[in-house]
Amino acid sequence: MLTLISKRMMLVIPNLIGVVIITFLLTRALPGDPAAYFAGPAADKQAIEQIRVKLGLDKPLIIQFGGYVADLGHLDLGTSLTTGQPVLTELKNRLPASAELTLFGLILSVAIAVPLGILAAVKQDSWIDHSCRVVATAGVSLPVFFTGLLLVYVFYFLLGWSPAPLGRLDVFFSPPPQITGFYLIDSLLNRDLATFRAALSQLLMPGLTLCIFSLAPIARITRASMLAVLASDFVRTARASGLDSRTVILTYAFRNAMLPVVTTLGMVFSFLLGANVLVEKVFAWPGIGSYAVEALISSDFAPVQGFVLTMAILYVVLNLLIDVLYGVIDPRVRLEA
Amino acid sequence: MQRRDFLKSVSALAASTAVSSPAVFSSAKAQSRQETLLIVSESGPNNLDIHGVGTNVPGYEVSWNCYDRLISHEMKTGPNGQPYYDKNKFKPELAEDMNIGDMSVTFKLKKKATFQDGTPVTAKDVKWSLDRAVSVGGFPTFQMGAGSLTKPEQFVVVDDNTFRVDFARKDRLTVPDLAVIVPCIVNSELVKKHATEKDPWGMEFTKQNTAGSGAYKVASWTAGTEVVLERNDAWVGGPLPKTKKIIWRMVPSAGNRRALLERGDADISYDLPNKDFVELKQDGKLAIVSTPYSNGIQYIGMNVKNSPFDNLKVRQAVACAIPYQKIMDAVLFGLAKPMFGAAAEAPTQVAWPQPHRYNTDIAKAKALMAEAGYPNGFDTTLSFDLGFAGVNEPLCVLTQESLAQIGIRTTINKVPGANWRTELNKKTLPLYTNVFSGWLDYPEYFYIWCYHGKNSIFNTMSYQSKTMDGFIDGAVAAAASGDMATYDTDVRGFVDTAYADMPRVPLYQPYVNVAMQKNVSGYAYWFHRRLDYRTLMKG
Repeated sequence: MLTLISKRMMLVIPNLIGVVIITFLLTRALPGDPAAYFAGPAADKQAIEQIRVKLGLDKPLIIQFGGYVADLGHLDLGTSLTTGQPVLTELKNRLPASAELTLFGLILSVAIAVPLGILAAVKQDSWIDHSCRVVATAGVSLPVFFTGLLLVYVFYFLLGWSPAPLGRLDVFFSPPPQITGFYLIDSLLNRDLATFRAALSQLLMPGLTLCIFSLAPIARITRASMLAVLASDFVRTARASGLDSRTVILTYAFRNAMLPVVTTLGMVFSFLLGANVLVEKVFAWPGIGSYAVEALISSDFAPVQGFVLTMAILYVVLNLLIDVLYGVIDPRVRLEA
Repeated sequence: MQRRDFLKSVSALAASTAVSSPAVFSSAKAQSRQETLLIVSESGPNNLDIHGVGTNVPGYEVSWNCYDRLISHEMKTGPNGQPYYDKNKFKPELAEDMNIGDMSVTFKLKKKATFQDGTPVTAKDVKWSLDRAVSVGGFPTFQMGAGSLTKPEQFVVVDDNTFRVDFARKDRLTVPDLAVIVPCIVNSELVKKHATEKDPWGMEFTKQNTAGSGAYKVASWTAGTEVVLERNDAWVGGPLPKTKKIIWRMVPSAGNRRALLERGDADISYDLPNKDFVELKQDGKLAIVSTPYSNGIQYIGMNVKNSPFDNLKVRQAVACAIPYQKIMDAVLFGLAKPMFGAAAEAPTQVAWPQPHRYNTDIAKAKALMAEAGYPNGFDTTLSFDLGFAGVNEPLCVLTQESLAQIGIRTTINKVPGANWRTELNKKTLPLYTNVFSGWLDYPEYFYIWCYHGKNSIFNTMSYQSKTMDGFIDGAVAAAASGDMATYDTDVRGFVDTAYADMPRVPLYQPYVNVAMQKNVSGYAYWFHRRLDYRTLMKG
């Protein structure tokens, strides 16, 4: 397994170099002039030029790139102009927010989608199968911001069950001391149940929104791969040997059906992390998605580069993790590697 | 990788669709959090110091409330019966006395004034702060220059408590320019401690920390999420504010800002779509205040340097073809002050903004097009800033429809917010809509920027006219020397010239709309159009 990891790590380096070059060039190719944008509404040409010099944007591209790479070497991702903060600090502060939300949504989603998928496969063409299909289709076809706003409208505005959609914590709570950056975990470590409850209630609506959106791929893949496995010879043999259907389905069939499910999970997780921008916008969630989009709108180079780089690293790590998990789940994969 | 690429592109696509808001109605119950005010808005500051590089407009609000200036404005009753700053009456803030001489103005500082860290405010701090404003470049230096404040030598320390500003030339905008946000007084000793060779003005420090003597100090700031401000109980700039704590949260979704207000969770918000404001007003559960932008106009501009808009008749035809009333009704829901349709015989006022005499008249527009030599019309593009798409897009679609009736076939060109200034600066857009508004509320100030032949970036039409320049320069000189008769003639002169040549067609004066709970009082309109926390209170 160690050789697998080190082999994969070797492949990562050219990937990252490519990402660095491409994001740098892409952000420069964006339309829009950050100097004009940040010189403010009342600046004349001279003021804009002054800003350009201050931002170092008057230098040739290759020198700007050299500076960028040198800064990267010192783990300095530059400073965002829209928020005024160093990009690294911002990403560090915001990544846990996005990760907590995404993980929470994903766990909810798995808790619902996997059993649903298994049931749908076992009772193929029954009402459960059909309702699974309907739920999955509806979930994936409703745009996330719509689901989010609908939930806010019903549970906050009409019923008043859910707290105000004001980010990770109610205005009158202060965040728990940072250990992991996950409020749920930090507040528990701190034995602060009131904060835990407050954080959980803020997390519930956006988590549910993400969950509804990601139900479909997980439920459908579980169903499909369960169907394939249930039709295979060893399941028939197991059944013929008189094993009860619970053992057959959960121990033998599901374990073998898990590989594609895990692949999908990895994919769903990584794309949710970057793509829950809209959920973050609706719930005023201080995550990295909304950060990157705001930076993009104002042609703020540094955060966009930092975001893409972070996402690239995350994808790489995630893929590696999934590959390792394959080996744990299915020994055959280990042998082939 | 193909699947992942696909998912990535799908998510990017999803991200590019806008968040829209559902209609929400319900009974709202105000919660009482007497001493704290919760403000929600779309975006927050990127820098707590207005002298910083690229400080955004929300940053101005922090500066206004956390720093003092030498002088500020008195209040009067505005056009809507609400408190409104009085542009002609100044009141001391850090100064206790202002003495305007022929070529200088002298201030006596309040002896008890201290910065938030307890050090007394001295004339040295004042000089350092104003030196800083004229030296750092960018917007602050530009704004100081608008009042002929350009050189550190103009700022003189007489003694510890006395400070003098020497005039570079006679300019009636010099004193008002000392009451805008930029000339704020900074704790020089504190900031100098954090200054470095590369950063002699300590801008890195003031970006994250407030170092003023103002009524509020920033207790915590999480960029893009929240700003918490606490009252400075030792403030001497005015009566002690009633609100102890301000929590300012960024809520990007307009629908949610409205829901928060209607549920009574948030106290104030001021950037909602016009439609929401109209509905909230009809509901009557919240207090809504609408005030026209001072010295601000949304207009349709035409590039007069190039064909076909170099032709006066074409410009007049456009002015006749714009669907003014439809824009007022369908785009703004009535929340704007019309700048069209003045009576033909009405005399020109010595005031700005004032309406022009055009109305929508398609038959007349067609005739003008024929006279101009374009009986079959022409093709062109109509551009707008996507950053304000909520108003600009329907406005442009209505205008496009109407222009099509007189043969002007337009393609709508949506320019992303970050790119808009660049495009305007090139001065090549043939036809576009834009807003200009000036902090200093004087007609000649607007005209210097928007119509003068020195072609500032706001003269987006590249308009050049010797007559116009003569009137504008005349008005500036007359105002400085106090010759009000000449001033009045010149102001009427430049307004008449602008409306005769019609390089840009004013549409309306936009409104600043603020929605707040009924128990919140003390909102006042300021030239900067942001909130002044010092007068706001609950109950």
